[in-house]
Amino acid sequence: MLRRHPEPLLWMLFSAGGVVSGMLMPVLVLLFGVAYPLGVVDAPTYDGLRALVANPIAALVLFTLCALSFLHWAHRFRHTLYDGLQIKHLNEVIAVVSYGVALVGSGVAAYLLWQLS
Amino acid sequence: MAQRIRLQIARYRPEQESEATFDEYEVPYTKEMAVLDGLNFVKDRLDGTLAYRWSCRMGICGSCGMTVNGEPKLTCATFLGDYAPGPLRVEPLRNFPVIRDLIVDIGDFMRKLVRVKPWIVRSAEKPIAGGEYLQTPEQLEEYKPFSMCINCMLCYSACPIYGLDPKFIGPAAIALAQRYNLDNRDEGSADRMEVLSEHEGIWGCTFVGECTKVCPKHVDPAGAIQRYKLTAAIDSMKAFFAPRGA
Repeated sequence: MLRRHPEPLLWMLFSAGGVVSGMLMPVLVLLFGVAYPLGVVDAPTYDGLRALVANPIAALVLFTLCALSFLHWAHRFRHTLYDGLQIKHLNEVIAVVSYGVALVGSGVAAYLLWQLS
Repeated sequence: MAQRIRLQIARYRPEQESEATFDEYEVPYTKEMAVLDGLNFVKDRLDGTLAYRWSCRMGICGSCGMTVNGEPKLTCATFLGDYAPGPLRVEPLRNFPVIRDLIVDIGDFMRKLVRVKPWIVRSAEKPIAGGEYLQTPEQLEEYKPFSMCINCMLCYSACPIYGLDPKFIGPAAIALAQRYNLDNRDEGSADRMEVLSEHEGIWGCTFVGECTKVCPKHVDPAGAIQRYKLTAAIDSMKAFFAPRGA
């Protein structure tokens, strides 16, 4: 049984999301946002990328990246609302909305990756 | 020849006024004089009614924490010359109820501190004939940085979470819990986990990091809290997957 509240689990997902997005997002943004469009390195072909995403391991990595990043955002957004706007009395609503958006986002990511496979 | 600096000191005399006001005093200073020396000059020569706490004058007792120009400081380790020509504002520590002038009520912190059992807990003491509990330098180094805490409460004054939610157990109490948790002679970490894993324990902290920034003894309470979050989260996962304490 979790100790009285789910905070340790949510914090672990938040931490994992922070690490994963902090490590991988800058690389992806640099490649797809800067290096490929500016022709600094040769861009992969559409078919090549499509085949890559269809690989179950690549899809799993992308899904993990998306889901953990969403959960990282949700946790941080929730605490920002609590302390920044000082609306802790809306605790349940904020938690449902934040983690709910993260779960929906993860679901959409899973659906899109499944469509591409 | 001493130069002079203007001090604006927060005054609150509950029998006279319902809100704090500022009184201004001009004091002479030399480069080795701390803000506390300035306050002592005011108390001894200009206005004997000024109330504030102090004791050791050397950054050990943790009594003379105040808000100096908006920042929590030990007034014995903050020098007047750095703020010349002033005016220099001295106010009580923030996030605590003010009793009088620069004196705050520290009861909340004292009650929280006791809850984390900041002492070595053992189920059984070995007999005196059994000799000392020996420690290697590495074992000492594990907890030594956290043992530097002097309970000055500057971290509570700087912590925005404590300011918003006074139920939060706070930086120094958690750092001191870690000081004993990481001591190999101690057996009380399970007891402390009970208190620290509450919502108002470590999970209240959102890692703003102000506590570490203002700590005059370089204790790094923020680091202690994040490390403990990992310990508590792993413990909680273990309890989830192996409920019988396997």
